[in-house]
Amino acid sequence: MGELFRRIHYLINRRRLDAELQSDMEFHREMAARAGQKNFGNALRMREQAYEAWGWTWLDRLIQDLRYALRMFAKSPGFSAIAILTMALGIGATTAIFSLVDATLLHPLPYPHPEELVRIEDDLPGAGATDAGISIPEWKDLQRSGIFQYVVLKVFGSANLTGASQPTRMQYEGVSPAYFAMLGVKPELGRTFDPQDQTPGFTLDVVISDGLWKRAYGSDPHIVGRTMRADNDSYRVIGVMPPGFRDPGRTVDERSTEQWAAVGFSDNGAQAANRTLRAPLETVARLKPGLTLQAAQNRLDALVATLQKQFPDAYPANSKWTVRLVPLKENVVGNVRQSLFLLFGAVALVLMIGCVNVANLLLARASARSREMAVRQALGAERKRLVRQLLTESLILSLLGGVAGLVILFSMRGFLQRLIPESLPRLNDLAINWTVMLFALAASIAAGVIFGLAPARQAGRSNLANTLRIEGRGSKGSTDQTRTRRVLVVTEFALSLVLMVAAGLLLRSFWDLYQAPLGFNPQHVMSVQLWLPSPNDPKTDVYGTAAQESAFARELLRRSRLLQGVQEAALGSEPSIPLEHDGNRSQLIVEGHQSPGKQPPLVERSEVTPEYFHLLEIPLLRGRLFNNGDNEKAPLVAVVNQAMARTYWRGEDAIGKRLMLGRGRPGVGLDPQKAWISIVGVVADARTESLANAGIPQIYLSMYQNTPKELAVFLRGDLDAGAIPEQVRATVQSVDPELPVYGTKTLGEAVSASLEQRRFSMDMVAAFAITALLLAALGIYGVISYIVSERSRDIGIRLALGAERGRILAMILRQGLGLAMAGAALGLAGSVIVSHLMAGLLYGVTPADPLTFAGVTLALTGVALAACYVPARRAMHVDPMIALRYE
Amino acid sequence: MLILRVLQSEPLHGYAIAQRIHLLSSEVLAVEEGFLYPTLQKLLRNGWVHAEWGVSETNRKVRFYRLTAQGKSQLKHELSSYGRITEAIQEVLRTA
Repeated sequence: MGELFRRIHYLINRRRLDAELQSDMEFHREMAARAGQKNFGNALRMREQAYEAWGWTWLDRLIQDLRYALRMFAKSPGFSAIAILTMALGIGATTAIFSLVDATLLHPLPYPHPEELVRIEDDLPGAGATDAGISIPEWKDLQRSGIFQYVVLKVFGSANLTGASQPTRMQYEGVSPAYFAMLGVKPELGRTFDPQDQTPGFTLDVVISDGLWKRAYGSDPHIVGRTMRADNDSYRVIGVMPPGFRDPGRTVDERSTEQWAAVGFSDNGAQAANRTLRAPLETVARLKPGLTLQAAQNRLDALVATLQKQFPDAYPANSKWTVRLVPLKENVVGNVRQSLFLLFGAVALVLMIGCVNVANLLLARASARSREMAVRQALGAERKRLVRQLLTESLILSLLGGVAGLVILFSMRGFLQRLIPESLPRLNDLAINWTVMLFALAASIAAGVIFGLAPARQAGRSNLANTLRIEGRGSKGSTDQTRTRRVLVVTEFALSLVLMVAAGLLLRSFWDLYQAPLGFNPQHVMSVQLWLPSPNDPKTDVYGTAAQESAFARELLRRSRLLQGVQEAALGSEPSIPLEHDGNRSQLIVEGHQSPGKQPPLVERSEVTPEYFHLLEIPLLRGRLFNNGDNEKAPLVAVVNQAMARTYWRGEDAIGKRLMLGRGRPGVGLDPQKAWISIVGVVADARTESLANAGIPQIYLSMYQNTPKELAVFLRGDLDAGAIPEQVRATVQSVDPELPVYGTKTLGEAVSASLEQRRFSMDMVAAFAITALLLAALGIYGVISYIVSERSRDIGIRLALGAERGRILAMILRQGLGLAMAGAALGLAGSVIVSHLMAGLLYGVTPADPLTFAGVTLALTGVALAACYVPARRAMHVDPMIALRYE
Repeated sequence: MLILRVLQSEPLHGYAIAQRIHLLSSEVLAVEEGFLYPTLQKLLRNGWVHAEWGVSETNRKVRFYRLTAQGKSQLKHELSSYGRITEAIQEVLRTA
């Protein structure tokens, strides 16, 4: 430490100390002269050596190099601007994608010790069910197991918030009281739930989000203790969460939860003791500190084995009950990991191509500077020193580029954030934090070294005598340099081909998906959502029975048909909105089918009014659709889709078959309705669940025989999209003024929204691919121009000897084509690997889609030829006289 | 080591160091200036000597180099290891 201090002290006082040394030496000389001794030696060299002893020479050289580099940049501003801009774009884009990766993949859970948080999923592979939900006794077993600090159940739903100016809907979650203690998050105001709370059912305490607090309560500082009405129930607000807090849910809706209510989940006596009644609840837990996921899973497996022995009736061997621990971060990263890796890979490739391009530029400039370098070498500059100076130059270029990139990123931050689709799961706000800054720095340095190496190597190898001699004659460059530049161009082409193949495959997937027959007609259809209250006290529920609800439904439909432009109207439960919801699966018991074990499979279900199928143009294949007679007094009926008929009654007629369903909404009640439902019709498959999958079994029930709470009004006709929300709101509230109306959209929007995430990655990759292609075209243009100018004398001789101009053109083009082909061949090999890695992102095309590969290769060759054509034409028009005389 | 040793008794200026070594070694060892001054810088860097202004016998302002505590212990260390090495060499010369 002392030494470092003395060194720095020396550096600071260098001038004075050097003068002192000089005076010492002068004195020495005087004394020596007096004693009649010989002369003293080279005083300057001695002072230099004395200076070197302090070890600061490198800094001097660095400053010298820096000064020199900056002077060079100032001398060729055009070159510097292009190089810096290329780097700025490359590093800026890479950093932008990295900040996305950082927020979603690297730090997905903004809670303390995120690695301890897990989701617990029960699988019943024997019954074909994954994540089948949990029974209350199992939950208690888990809590007692000693593996977890907390085990929390949560159930998601929405509620009507009344009492504000307009009734609004909000997302809520019922959670075990230990929820916030488990996450380790403190509220902004008030308190959260007491983890020791043992209330069996709903408590009346709620915690609300910062957003809801600002929106509905105007940031009231005295909110804690106030009462809010949700679904006709009164709740007491006990806390407000901080602004950045998002719920670690599995879906967009869950992540935008605005109210959390504490639920005990053990209030319904006998049912709560039944191990086979699985509630579709999400189970989240925090592992005991220090326990690895694997160790916890092993202990859990042992617990499952014990329970299976203890309760053989509840867990028949053929249901193969297993319990799985999944890191909670999978909620966020699970389905985006591949897309983000693809994006990051793509942007890194663009950065690399940018580097190669700048390397090419530097090489071109190095040939112009080779005389300068040779002269410096002749004057005694060390080779090492020249290489170091070139590397310093390229590092400065890339660092300046990096800074410019960050500046661009900062100024475009808002715009870029809007580009990111809503559906991209993240719990963090995107931020340009230290990790991201460090990444940008590292990327800049790496880029600088990569693109600086080629010219530096060149300088390190150049032959002094040769260069001076050739330079003296006015010709420039060397074959060695041309070779390096060719290699660089081939690399560029290979990299851009990989990117273009990726983009092409995504484009084809997207197109196929876009073109896939929907099975329903979204044109001219709008849906508007509303939500009937379901208060905890059944006596205050005015829509408690099917009869009560269908009276409301029929009246709403009658009034909706009167709206301007409306030709058809239908009602359905929320899951009947195409491509919208997160699935609503019910347990299915099919009459006469011995489902393996006691665990029934799950099936997508929705409730609709008779008009639904005609409105969406989903054709009936067999049997009949619902009619108005299918009401609460008539026998229960269902319509299934073809996939369902195929799955459960293969080779039989599904009509007339009977089945039972578990209750629709997850929540407190778990028992199946004790009545058989008869199938009366089979409709064609429609991609209402997922655009990518047409074969999902679905079952439709009659609205008039059920009591769904989340409803949607469907309207078809010549609609004024701007006026509809208000018109429907007025219509709904003319029937019941307490009901909130929200979520208006055209079904066309729903279709494109479900393509949003794919479109995002496709757009991004396509943009990167086009950038890459442009850069590659620039690169090949540069090299061919260089070759042409280098060979203009040779071309002149050929022309003078009578070569046809067309042949000269062909010769130059052949050179360019050769480079492009070599690049394409390498790129194709790389693409095969990359396309297989991204197989999961594709739809309808094989990773080795020949059409894409061939098309992209052709396009690339075309661009290469076009880029070569300009210099090739120049070659063709070389005037032999001038070319020869010039030399 | 030699420089440190001659500085042990009293602070000296550069010329005096060279003279002292020259005289003490019975004019066998001559310290070149080209070696002396860079070495003094190294000693300064390592904190073994300290430079302070003084007045020479010819009434000129000049820097005197003084051994620091750290320099003393360094000298002791070097002397002992030098002693060991010369002993070892002597041993080899005697017995071989």
